[in-house]
Amino acid sequence: MIEIALPILIPFTLIIILIFIRSSVYAKWIGIAGSTVLFVVAVYLFFQVRKQDVLVLQMGGWEAPFGISLVLDYLSSLMLLTSGFLVFSISIFAYHFIGNKPKFSRFFIFFFALVMGVNGSFITGDVFNFYVWLEVMMLSSFVLITMGSKKEQLEGGIKYMSLNLIASLFFLAGLGLLYGKTGTLNMAHLAQILNNDQQSILMNTSAMLFFIALGIKAAIFPLFFWLPASYHTANITVTSLFAGILTKVGVYALIRFFTLFFVQDAYFWHNLLLISAGFTMVIGGMAASIQYDTRRILSYHIISQIGYMIMGLGIYTPLALAGAIFFIIHNMIAKTNTFLVAGIVSKLRGTFYLKDIGGLLKERPFIAVLFIIPAFALAGIPPLSGFFAKFILIKAGIEDRHYVITIIAVLTALLTLYSMIKIWNEAFLKKQPEKSIVDTDVKLRFAEVFPSVILALASILLGVLAAPFFDLTQEAARQLMDPDLYIKAVLSNM
Amino acid sequence: MEILLSALTGLLYAGGVYLILRRSILKFIIGIIFLSNATNLLVFLSAGIIHGKPAFINEHEPDPNLLADPLPQALVLTAIVIGFGIVIFTLALKAKFFSATSTDDSDELINTDQ
Repeated sequence: MIEIALPILIPFTLIIILIFIRSSVYAKWIGIAGSTVLFVVAVYLFFQVRKQDVLVLQMGGWEAPFGISLVLDYLSSLMLLTSGFLVFSISIFAYHFIGNKPKFSRFFIFFFALVMGVNGSFITGDVFNFYVWLEVMMLSSFVLITMGSKKEQLEGGIKYMSLNLIASLFFLAGLGLLYGKTGTLNMAHLAQILNNDQQSILMNTSAMLFFIALGIKAAIFPLFFWLPASYHTANITVTSLFAGILTKVGVYALIRFFTLFFVQDAYFWHNLLLISAGFTMVIGGMAASIQYDTRRILSYHIISQIGYMIMGLGIYTPLALAGAIFFIIHNMIAKTNTFLVAGIVSKLRGTFYLKDIGGLLKERPFIAVLFIIPAFALAGIPPLSGFFAKFILIKAGIEDRHYVITIIAVLTALLTLYSMIKIWNEAFLKKQPEKSIVDTDVKLRFAEVFPSVILALASILLGVLAAPFFDLTQEAARQLMDPDLYIKAVLSNM
Repeated sequence: MEILLSALTGLLYAGGVYLILRRSILKFIIGIIFLSNATNLLVFLSAGIIHGKPAFINEHEPDPNLLADPLPQALVLTAIVIGFGIVIFTLALKAKFFSATSTDDSDELINTDQ
């Protein structure tokens, strides 16, 4: 299956092409075309996975566990599909929002470098290779977050960079210790060795280093402080991209590592995951409710929602994992969409600060509808996607008698609703504050609104077609709970 | 040799942690370099050290268990290169931040928090 490498090769080719493109208009069109191709490839690969369960490519013909394997199972192909969809819509959104300075034609180079890193980390079946993709992703995100070189962007960039650098050092240290103890870095081979190994106490040092590193990447409590300090400074296109994709790579890796090979000391790890999930939800939600900058409210919100995904992993039943995967996909779509709408609102009013915005419901009812769909989806109002995601997680929590975390999850849903209603009241319902002068003739272009429309449609579709989609996530969860299939597919020659 | 290198790793970690707790951003970056080198040494040591037996299989040395493990060396090489790239970017960012705000004090990085 040579096609598995395409989600890495296509962005790489695009980067090389874009280096030679000077005109920013051409760069934008190449960006849109390239991300369309990527999305089509992701859809194709998804249908291949539906046919064959697990796809494997041994890079360079080296057999596992000696070479690097690329593995695509249900979880990775679902993540690939969702991120492909987001990348497609954000590349259209970037057309107007990235700005017209000539050096911003360079935006798409780093955009695709980031996409390459993200796709690579979803596909790879090797821990060290995962680290390399993480670094690819991180370096391009450093460039993207400081793009524009404003004072606050540089400051946010320094904070973002320092904590993420420390995270990757933790990751590398964990990786070194893991190699010392097992002599392999192939995930399937690791799973084979560690599933039969009773000496859990030896593995916990590596597992803890990985947990801290991925916890920083995923922005879980108490490791999330880089996120709200930096996300709101970047260009809104960049923020939407990061909000949708970056932290979810950390969550993906936590799910992958802690279902595939760190399964020895289950009682300790699942409790630790549940405790940090609870704190992540509550603290993110509470911090969001005191903010008045749309981007800051939404940034704290990302953190609060990460808690639900980790909660699914911590409960660790097939239903809970299916719920977590459902939640990740719902959240990627809805969260990105709220940021896109925040961008549109700031274009109309010239600011993200809620106290200076108002009266949009009467003036732009269509934008109001565009906001209310992802906002209600995030809060969990039926029939939108978030309702089913939370319903599955809470059901799994009650079935497995994790009452405390379930209560916290329900209460956090109220906090989410509260801060969404706050944005709604301030930006849409209340009258425009009198002291501010507003140009009401700002025309919205097609490419500014279109990405938000397709993401809103996706949120609705996920809600309406929740049952068939839930079957897919259940299939993904079944594969995660039973890693034999994964191991056999990768190590077919052993 | 392993014991000496382990002690060096510990020393580098200690120095790195001390430096990243300093207020100066430049010292923070030097701390990151320390930590990064300590981690590289840790990965390098992970398979143990075998002296003077590079991983070339010939008729005199048929048993691969007696040879040095080449994989950690390859990993460390990759990690060092990545580390270089990151340090360069960090320093560039720091230089730009300094020219914009003329401060090197991380206690003054309070404008994007709350």
